[in-house]
Amino acid sequence: MKDLSELKFPEELNYVDSHEWVRTEKGRARIGITDYAQDQLGDIVYVELPAVGKSFAKGAPFGSVESVKAVSELYRPIAGKIAEINSALENTPEVVNTSPYDQGWMIVVEPSQPDELKGLLTSRTYREKLKG
Amino acid sequence: MTVFPGSTGLVLNEPLLWERGRRGRSGFSLPRRDVERREVSPELSGEAPDLPEMSEVDMVRHYIRLSQWNFSVDTGMYPLGSCTMKYNPKTNERQCGRPGFAGAHPLLPEDLCQGALELIAALECCLAEITGLKAVSLQPGAGAQGELTGMLMFHAYHRHQGRPRSKIIVPDSAHGTNPASAALCGYTSVPVPSNASGILSPETVAAVMDEETAGIMVTNPNTIGLFEEHIKTIADIVHAKGGLVYGDGANMNAVLGLADMGRIGVDVLHLNLHKTFSTPHGGGGPGAGPVCVSQPLEPFLPVPRVVVRDGAFRWSEDFPLSIGKLQAFWGNMGVLIRAYSYIMSLGAENLKRVSQLAVLNANYIKARLKGTFHLAYDRPCMHECVFSDKLQQPHKVTTLDIAKRLMDYGFHPPTIYFPLVVPGAIMIEPTETESKETLDLFVESMKAIAAEARDNPEELRQAPTRCTRRRLDETAAARKPCLRG
Amino acid sequence: MRYLPHTPEDIAEMLEVSGTPSLDDFFAVIPPECRRSRPMALAEPLTEWELNAHIDALAGRIAVAPEFKVFLGAGSYEHFIPAALGFVTSRSEFSTSYTPYQPEMSQGTLQAIFEYQTLATRLLGLEVANASMYDGASALAEALLMAVRITRRSAVAVSRAVHPLYRRVVRTYLDPTGIRVAEIPFRPDGTTDPAALGNVQELAALAVQSPNFFGCIEDLKAFADGAHGAGALLVAGFTEPLAFGLFRSPGSLGADIACGEGQSLGIPRSFGGPGLGMFASRMQYVRNMPGRLVGETVDLESRRGFVLTLATREQHIRREKATSNICTNNSLCALTAAAYMACLGGAGLRELAQLNHDKAEYLKAQLRAAGISLPFAAPTFNEFVAAFPAGFRDTHRRLLARKIVAGLPLETYYPELPGHYLLCATETLSKADLDTLVREVQS
Repeated sequence: MKDLSELKFPEELNYVDSHEWVRTEKGRARIGITDYAQDQLGDIVYVELPAVGKSFAKGAPFGSVESVKAVSELYRPIAGKIAEINSALENTPEVVNTSPYDQGWMIVVEPSQPDELKGLLTSRTYREKLKG
Repeated sequence: MTVFPGSTGLVLNEPLLWERGRRGRSGFSLPRRDVERREVSPELSGEAPDLPEMSEVDMVRHYIRLSQWNFSVDTGMYPLGSCTMKYNPKTNERQCGRPGFAGAHPLLPEDLCQGALELIAALECCLAEITGLKAVSLQPGAGAQGELTGMLMFHAYHRHQGRPRSKIIVPDSAHGTNPASAALCGYTSVPVPSNASGILSPETVAAVMDEETAGIMVTNPNTIGLFEEHIKTIADIVHAKGGLVYGDGANMNAVLGLADMGRIGVDVLHLNLHKTFSTPHGGGGPGAGPVCVSQPLEPFLPVPRVVVRDGAFRWSEDFPLSIGKLQAFWGNMGVLIRAYSYIMSLGAENLKRVSQLAVLNANYIKARLKGTFHLAYDRPCMHECVFSDKLQQPHKVTTLDIAKRLMDYGFHPPTIYFPLVVPGAIMIEPTETESKETLDLFVESMKAIAAEARDNPEELRQAPTRCTRRRLDETAAARKPCLRG
Repeated sequence: MRYLPHTPEDIAEMLEVSGTPSLDDFFAVIPPECRRSRPMALAEPLTEWELNAHIDALAGRIAVAPEFKVFLGAGSYEHFIPAALGFVTSRSEFSTSYTPYQPEMSQGTLQAIFEYQTLATRLLGLEVANASMYDGASALAEALLMAVRITRRSAVAVSRAVHPLYRRVVRTYLDPTGIRVAEIPFRPDGTTDPAALGNVQELAALAVQSPNFFGCIEDLKAFADGAHGAGALLVAGFTEPLAFGLFRSPGSLGADIACGEGQSLGIPRSFGGPGLGMFASRMQYVRNMPGRLVGETVDLESRRGFVLTLATREQHIRREKATSNICTNNSLCALTAAAYMACLGGAGLRELAQLNHDKAEYLKAQLRAAGISLPFAAPTFNEFVAAFPAGFRDTHRRLLARKIVAGLPLETYYPELPGHYLLCATETLSKADLDTLVREVQS
């Protein structure tokens, strides 16, 4: 597993304690898991995602990520409806390891409470929290 | 120069069953036909299943070769923590193989199976005496099914009291079957942490125990190999709020003849006959997970139960509060016979000695490996001790690497990465059937591996090199599952 | 004691190294209120020779072939077990090894179970089989729970022609879950009534056993269509897998899950256990399946090897969200079943199944000719129901003294079937045995 200094947390993204990232795109939110999360999990073998159209509250579990020896729930950073899911992950879950912020995206959400986007962590704050 | 057990030798390759064989061959002596052939109607009849056709010699060679790829208790030491891989006595195999037992139909009229019913009654009696509890059911087919039985009994008990409850307290060091069994009954698990000494504190339990909680599941000795010193107080706290105490008896090998589960306040205890009572693990099973219960829980035991009526053994279903049945018949009789034979062969004094020597062996290893590996809890242990890979981390060597290298030395690795409360856990349970010489060889092997971790860590990361296979790609197996040939 | 190698010298040395004065001191941590107040009151230990005599005395008081002719099936079947089978399954490398969590030194178990999974899918006509469950009854309960997880519905329907003891286990497992269990009746011909299916709402699964408890072959295709039409899964149960050597497999008839008892495949009856819970389903449901799974992979030198896989479904990782709580299974019995199927081969299994069928058909014909009523008209495999005249209970008892167990009385399981008996005839009973039974039941 990598040292904290080797992990990347792009500055243009926002983060939450449960190790998901959020990218705002014209009012919608694209969500995935951070470099720290994929590094902790190890080789990812399966990603379970919800159906398009389903709504979740902030903090609710919306799916799971599995490695060989562990499974982690995925928690919603913000409330809203699922607009898109990354169905490529069904056949190539490993892109979450190799490209967690880009090809490894998981869901796109239409936020029901846009204000929640403001309360998310910055890259620096998230890294600080991981150090502690 | 120490000679370790691990070695190389000629072990043969062997393909899959269906890669052997040829149409027309057979390994079976078909019985003589003495009745007329009656064709089945074509709509109902199917094709013959696509099963490999092999001669007897090919079938025998296939399995003999496969068996040689396995390490086993009969091959060498298997110090898996919480699994109690003790020697499996061969006389037990002779006993369960007697034609009277092996050929017995479970639904024989009672007068025609008195020998079986008598053994069941006698084993129940033995287990009640050994645990200090009142009544026993031998029906559950494994520890997890015993846990399910216990949870179902909790559920039935509380419903009978008129107050069904929804939560169960489960220590964070518990075996995964504990919360899984509780969930099968609709209970929500309430986790409680162990304290700095590795055991449960009464205050922690008291803080979560309420009238919505059905009870607590406790492993004692716990999964770290420590006796839960406050267990009686904890049982009292749970009972005071109308809850029940479930004992996971997986670690019973440490306290035979010493602890009294009844006095402690356990209401339902499961035993693992394939651990404490010497029945073989079979590469994953079958085992048996009988439950022993206190008086208030007796009415809820699975049915039927063996009773004595008019001087004979009979089945009785006359238990209206029973939870019902867990298996179609009466339990894994073949396993029960082995456990009974073991108990009859040892007797009370030797069973107590089993625990004394199991604990001695574990403490001996702990004393000799302390300093070489990081000891998770530096205090006397029971039948197992827990180390971790903390001292090897500067060399970037993990618990996994240590375990894999131990195979090359000729030992099965200890339990690794469990319990979860110790990161990088290495849990060693030698059991009482290992001699001092074997333990010394094991200790020397571990010390040699620690030295390799320092001087030549790549050797560990490449291990094992002497088994029939090197490390296997588990990621590929999970990403693209290929579950049949 | 021969399993305890420690000499007094060993113990003294080890105590010194441990820094503990005596063995008792290790247990000082056990508080007095947790201790036994007296030694265990168990019998004096027996020598190996005394144990042999003791067990022989117990085993001698159980009625078995060849001394007794036992015409019982009902979920436990007498079949010949080749000597070669016992030899390979009693290899202690198989029997005294642990669950193969360290695959490099457990390739024997792993390949053998992968082979079992494969042969089980071929026998049952489905795409994936697990590494075993405890028995047919608990496998059925787990199959229904799996169907509920998949469909997210809250009711299951179980045919009354499913083994009565299996239905009781289902009720025990499902009792705390709130899942409704509806019972589907059987028809006068001995098969399940498909019409009753329409009454059940929110159906997750329909469970039908074939051959059913009465030995009758069910129309699984019709039930598959009915279940699927209602958005439910068909769970096809069985107690006698030898039947699939002759009759169409449950998978080929549309079953989504096939589960049942594999004891017939080379495992001794052993008074009801250990048996073999067989469990197979369509591949699309594999992530919801309970139990261990062995998968194929390669090692660092690109050689084929096997590992436990998809373990995130199981209790040691998923804990309370696991697909089941099962940990220890019936692995050695699964290995035995695979070796048995390898001994027989496909053609051998078919011939053996045909022989079983023909023995029962012969017995049926002879009983009919003797004027005994056979109430269920549906085709059967190796067991069937006979309705004996009033007073047969006394005959049955009298025959026990003559070392004949003339079938299983059904009245306790089906109060509407007094005087009905379930009779089983496998390849282990000769024509002479069958003729004797026919003669004796008339006397």
